[in-house]
Formats: sequence, structure tokens, C-alpha cells
Amino acid sequence: MTVVDDRPAPPAEAPRRRPNPVLALLRNSWRQLTSMRTALVLLFLLAVAAIPGSVLPQRGVNPEDVRDYFAAHPDLAPVLDRLGAFEAFGSVWFSAIYLLLFTSLIGCITPRLRDHVRALRSQPPAVPKRLDRLPQHAVLAAPAGGAAAIAESLRRRRWRVVVRGDEVSAEKGYLKETGNLLFHTSMVVVLVGVALGSWYGWSGNRLLVAGAENAFCNTQQQYAETSFGPRVGSADLPGFCMRLDDFETRFLESNGQPEFFNATVTVDEDGGEPRRAEFSVNSPLRLDGANVYLLGHGYAPVIRYTDRFGRTQTSTTPFLTTGDVGITGEGVAAFPDANVDPATGKRDPDLQMAFTGLYLPTAPQQGPFVRSEFPTERNPLLNLVAYRGNLGLDAGIPGSVYELDQRQVRSGKVKEVGTKLLKVGETWTLDDGSRLEFLGTEPYIVLSVRYDPGSTLLLVSSGTLLLGLMGSLFGRRRRVFFRVLPPAGVTAGDPAGGSPTGGSSLVESGGLPRTDHPGFADEFAQLVAAVSGDGSRDERAGADDRAGAREGAE
Amino acid sequence: MSALSDQLVTFAILAYPVAMISHAVEYALGNARTRAAAPARELVGAGVGAAGGVVAEVPAPGGTTAAVRTAARARLAGRIAVGATAVAALLHLGALVTRGIAADRMPWGNMYEFVLTVSFIGTAGWLAVLWKRPSLRRLGLFLTLVMVLLVATAELVLYTPIVPLVPALNSYWFVVHVSTIVFSSGVFLLGVVPAVAYLMRAGWEQGRRSFPYTLAKRMPAAAALERLTFVLHAFSFPIFTFAVIAGAIWAEAAWGRPWGWDPKETWAFISWVVYAGYLHARATPSVKRNVATWLAVLGFLTVLMNLFGVNIFFEGLHSYAGID
Ligand code: HEM
Repeated sequence: MTVVDDRPAPPAEAPRRRPNPVLALLRNSWRQLTSMRTALVLLFLLAVAAIPGSVLPQRGVNPEDVRDYFAAHPDLAPVLDRLGAFEAFGSVWFSAIYLLLFTSLIGCITPRLRDHVRALRSQPPAVPKRLDRLPQHAVLAAPAGGAAAIAESLRRRRWRVVVRGDEVSAEKGYLKETGNLLFHTSMVVVLVGVALGSWYGWSGNRLLVAGAENAFCNTQQQYAETSFGPRVGSADLPGFCMRLDDFETRFLESNGQPEFFNATVTVDEDGGEPRRAEFSVNSPLRLDGANVYLLGHGYAPVIRYTDRFGRTQTSTTPFLTTGDVGITGEGVAAFPDANVDPATGKRDPDLQMAFTGLYLPTAPQQGPFVRSEFPTERNPLLNLVAYRGNLGLDAGIPGSVYELDQRQVRSGKVKEVGTKLLKVGETWTLDDGSRLEFLGTEPYIVLSVRYDPGSTLLLVSSGTLLLGLMGSLFGRRRRVFFRVLPPAGVTAGDPAGGSPTGGSSLVESGGLPRTDHPGFADEFAQLVAAVSGDGSRDERAGADDRAGAREGAE
Repeated sequence: MSALSDQLVTFAILAYPVAMISHAVEYALGNARTRAAAPARELVGAGVGAAGGVVAEVPAPGGTTAAVRTAARARLAGRIAVGATAVAALLHLGALVTRGIAADRMPWGNMYEFVLTVSFIGTAGWLAVLWKRPSLRRLGLFLTLVMVLLVATAELVLYTPIVPLVPALNSYWFVVHVSTIVFSSGVFLLGVVPAVAYLMRAGWEQGRRSFPYTLAKRMPAAAALERLTFVLHAFSFPIFTFAVIAGAIWAEAAWGRPWGWDPKETWAFISWVVYAGYLHARATPSVKRNVATWLAVLGFLTVLMNLFGVNIFFEGLHSYAGID
């Protein structure tokens, strides 16, 4: 019922050489590994091995969850970590399974590919002696042109035909094995595509605030986080610079859900003129050697601080969104260089300033002012807390630029010196006479810049995989044979000996489905009717009857 | 519109049990009939599959008129069952269409709608199978049982009022990806019914007479069930493969990576591998058919895991909240 019996058995090794036990073992293991049973076991293992990766948090999906898991299970987590459970799909055990599977796959398809090419080149086999032993069998009146006419009408139906004297052999359905091989080969190519992407691909994430002074160029330092394949160095990044000119959004009035985004940027690619480009969610900006994806957006309040010596500095730091529909932002505007005495030029680290708090694009009419009601700026409000003291930025301990170092607050090195609600244009005068003005906001966008050299290969091989799969599943290999009998009709084993067509010449035919093919009886009946009908139309009805007579009789 | 949709679902929930009970009546009355299956005929069915391995059942040659009458009644019950299934399918479809109109989008926005659509595909597919192979009618008992359970679960546990879809998701890819996922899941759902029936029936034919096997006493022949299981899975698998590829293409455009091993993707991968294993096992001569069929059942469990489990157990880990 399967094509398996159809494949020539591996040529038996001639036993003339003394069997080398090591070689024999190797050969045996290889045969084991490339058997379909082994492939099945490995497939099953692959499915099972994918489960931990969905149950346990994964670094690649959600690093915070992994951190939480470590906090929640301090004993178990390090053990799991050593087993690679938090990067399950890159772990030794997962890789071992799929590498074995693909080794098996390659070992399996190479000989089949060779056999199939051979089969494609060879002709359909000779007509068997006893056609009545085949699953399908019929005797019909010979069409006018004899074997040649039969061959012709088979060719017209796209059978591969060979005529040997009075005998016609025909075969159809190579598509099945072709498709099967295409499918399995495509899977290898998919894996190559994935490997290319992970070796030669890179990605980086960053925020980009609107405005010329916030433009960035594509270097590793410009990203908040990067991930480089092992074969990529920072020098391999394509050179381009990008500036956010405009960011449009539209939201549903009813619930504030986003309806439309569009980022307009000016891109300056190496060797090209600066040009305008637009991109959005679901439609990334495709540059030469990098794609830019829009992952999120928010607001960066523009805050001007005038210190006690009258010197001003402006901060445009993105306030990170807290995940609510109204895009409430949370962040810090830090002024580490504030309050440098112009007389001495010395910086007093205890007089650094920072303002933390919330930005509400649409503040409610009444407090508490902690949650924005709508994502666009209908009633923008800054809800700030002022801190003075050593911000801890000089200590060299890396901290997030988006939040105040809480260790400094706990140790008392930074002290709270007031809170204030500010609308756009309002000024807040602090206890030491310094002033803070809320000038407005700039939009910012969250970008992911990526390069995956395997993606085209992935797309193409997925396509061929699908095509091959359909050919393999729906293709059906089958053979039909015809033998024009001598007019005297005394062939051995002709069951329809007392044929109604009497003296005119007869054709005996048989059909053999090579693969599971439930509709073959019908197809055979139709084919036989057509073959005889093509030659002598008036015989059609009679031939039909006889073709049907033995249908499914074996 | 939304209220109309809810009413249609309620009617469908009433129609499915009617179909199921009629099937049960036919099944029970089947007792009175005598099996007159020629063993040779059965072998042909298994070998060539043309006749679908149908066991011909005719009243015993010397049967009493009472037996004949019961047989007629059984046939009537069977017809009513199919009719009720068709009515349920129409109501079901009506519920989906009106819900889609009310929501102004495809009705695949949350788990409730998802389960309703998948089960509708299952029923519609079943009617198509019946059309081509009327002899499999008795399988309808299991199928309608599954539908009663699913649609009632959808209504009682999962019901959600209409909310608009996260508009960012309402893209071309949403339709391409989700429609193919829904469709293939529906056919997999349909496929698991003959798979389970086959496992019971094969046991029965091997002489097992203990509990689950006895349920299959009057099911269609094991070979026909196995064949149907394969045909449905072979039909669905490429569509599912396409759906996964389309999802990867969408994910590349939206998130910058075609595959990120998020739990939804991981379970789709698991389902794909298990179903590939089923097709593979079925094509491997040394693997028994019932082992292969168990893989198909396992495959469906992984599909269920993705439909329900991932949403329930891994809340917050993935970012598809708008889809499910
Ligand atoms: C990467 C893992 C593999 C996957 C996902 C896979 C998947 C499949 C699928 C879905 C089919 C069904 C198509 C059909 O029925 O024609 C199939 C058929 C087949 N596979 Fe694989 N396969 C894998 C590896 C292998 C390996 C390692 C071998 C060799 C040992 C192999 C040999 C075959 C053969 C001979 C068939 C044709 C069966 C037939 O129709 O007669 N496959 N495979």
C-alpha cells in the first residue's frame, strides 16, 4: 500500500570480504539511523522536547519572566538553567534531536533521490504474463490502430508509455515520489536557512525620539540591546542614519485601541542621497542589509531645567509606556550636570537633580493623576517628583537611563524635594530658586532593526516544502498494461474466452496501483473505456460493461 | 444582530442533541438487523478501498416482518439524524455569519468564536463526507456527541460579548493566517472522530468485548474508518502547514522574526511534528495502523492544547491576546 515496497532494496553487500566488525557496526548503525522507524522516533522526541520550552519561561521570549522564575524558585532555577531549560530551543538536547533527525533525513533521501532519477529515466516495465492476476483486469475490443492507437490515447492522457511489439506498458504518478523528495529536501533547506540567519544575522533595539538632534546611525553602541550571530562583527553593520520626522497615530474613539500608525523618517544610506521613507506596524522599512520594524511608541516630555546659577539644560527623555491603553508614560529626566558653580567650575555631586514621574497624555479631570484616559494628547499632564543629591551615575554601575537608581534613594544620598503637577508651558519653581518648565512633548518610537540573511531562503524553501507535500500526499503512482491478442484468441488464462466480440481482435489489459489509491478501479474502468472508444466508438458501451465486470474483484 | 447570533447558537445547541439522539435510536434499532456481510467483500473494501469497506447489511433472508419493520425504522431514525445535523449546521453557520456582521469582522476574534467556527467546519466537513460515503452514517453518533460537547462548552464557558478586534491585527494576514488555522483545525477535529472510532472498532473486530470496544459494535468497518481518518488528515495537513508558514510570514512583518518560539508557535510546531509523525507512521510498513492512529489522536490533543491550554496556562507570556 505504500511506495516503500517499490524502492529497490539497498544492494546487498557481497560477502566476499571478511566482515570488519567496526565497519559492520557502523554500517548497521547507519542503516538503523536512516530507517523510517528511527525517523518516527526522532520526530516524536522532537515534539516532546519542545514542550519544556513552552512551559518554562524562555530568555529569547521574555527575559523578565526568567528573572521572576529565578526569584520564585531559587533552588530549582539554577539547576534548570544548567540544563539549558531557559534557552530550550538552543539547548544541547534539543539540538541533538533535530541534528540526528536531519542526519537521518539526508541519509534517507540521498539514495531515494538517486533511485528516483533512475526511475524517471527508465521505461515502464514489460507487460506481465498474467494480466488477470493484477488488481484490475479487463478484456476489450481492440481499437482500430492496435497497440499504436492505445499508446497514442494513453500519451494524450499524460501517461509515460512504451510500446513493445503488441504490448503497451504505461505508468503515471511520478509526482508522488518527486513531491515527497522535494518536501524532505526542502526541510533540509529550511534548516540551512535558519542556520544562516542565526550565524550571519543580527538585531538591535532602541527608542527613537522625533527630531534632527535625536537621529541615530547604525552602530552597535547606538542600540539599547543587540544580539549578534557568531559570524557577525560590529564592523559588518551596514551604514545608515535615520531620523524620525513625523509619527502619526489614530485610535478608536470608543476604547482607545490603536487603529493606524505611520512613521515618517529620513534615511541616509551609505552612498545614497538622504531620502524620505515611511513604515508601520505590519509593514517594515526594508533597507539594504537591514529591516526596521515598528514595535511601539510613546511620548518624550521636553523639560527645561534652569539651575540655581541660572544655567539651563533641556531633557527629552522617553517616558516608557506602562502598558495601558492610555499610554501612561513613566520615566526620569536627570540633570547630573546641574548646579555647577560657574565661579569655581566645580561640580557638586550632591546637587545633581532628577525628576521622576508619570506623563499622562490625557489626564482625568480629577485626581489621582496616575492613569491616562486616552492615548492622544488631549489633556497632557506631567506628574513629577523632584530629587536632589548624588544620582549614582558616576559610580560606573550600569543602571537604566529610564529610571532613578533606587539604591541612592534608599541610602539617603538622593532626597525628595517636592512634587508637582505640570501642564504644558507651566513652570515649577523649586525651594532653591531653580526652575523647571514643561515645554511639550516629542513622540518616540520603539524600533527593532534586524538583518536575517536566511529569510529569502526560508520563504522559498517553505514554498517548495508545501508544493512537495501536496504532490506527495495527493500524487498516485500506478501502471496499466495492454496486450493486443491475436485474432484467434487462444491466450492462456483469458477468462473472457467466450467473448461477445467473437472473431474481431481483442485487447487484454491490467492495472496496478503502486500506492494506496482507492479510486483506481474507477480510473481504470474509464481509461479502458476511453482507450477502446478512441479507436472504435461504437464498441464503447460493450467495453464499458466488460471493464466494469472485474472491478474490485480481487 | 448580536442577539440573533446568540439565539441561533442556542437553537444549534438544541438541534445537535436531536441529531445525536436520532443516531442513537438508529444505533439501538440496528440490533434487529442481521449482518450478511460476505467476508470477501469486506476484504475488497480494505484492500482497494473503493467500497469504503462497507459491511453490507440487509435483513436476514428469512427475516420476520417485524425485523423488516425495525430496519425501516432504524433507517428513518438515521435519516432524521442526518437531517437534524444539516439543520444544526445551518443554524451554526447562521450564528457565525450574524456574529461576523455584528462585529464587522471575521468571527475569529476570541476563544468563543474560534471554537464555534472550528466546530462548524467539523460539522460541514462531516456532511461532505456523508455525501460521498453515505455508508459511514453511523459514525454520526460520535460526531454529534463531540459537537454537543463543544458547542455547549463554547456557550456555557467561553461566551464573550462582541468586542472589536485590536485593529492592528485586523490585517490581510489575519484573514489568511487565521482562516487556514481555523479550517485545518476543524478538519483535524473531524478527523479525530473516525480515529477514535477506528481504535475501538479495530479492538472489537479483534474480538475484544470489554467496555470501550463494545461501543463500536455497530460502527462502520475498521478499515473504512482508518481510511477516512487518513484522508481527512492528509487533506488537512498541507492546509495547516500553509497556515503555519503564513503565520511566520506575518510574524516577520509584524515583529521582525518569522519564528520566536512563543508558546503559541511552540505548540503549533508540536502539532505539526506529531501530525507529520502520523502520516509518516502510516506510510511506514512496520508500524501498525493503530499505533499510527494513536498519533493522530495525540495530534488532536496538541491542537486542543493550543486552542485552550496555551490561552489558559500561559496567560501573559504571549502577545496574541487579541486573537484568541
Ligand atoms: C524532518 C523530519 C521528517 C518529517 C517532518 C517528515 C514528514 C513526512 C511526511 C509528512 C510524510 C507524508 C507524506 C506522504 O505520505 O507522502 C512523509 C513521508 C515519507 N517520509 Fe518523511 N519526514 C521526515 C523525515 C524522514 C526521514 C528521516 C525519512 C527516512 C528515513 C523519511 C522517509 C519518508 C518516506 C519514505 C516517506 C514516504 C512514505 C510513503 O508515502 O510511502 N522521512 N514524511
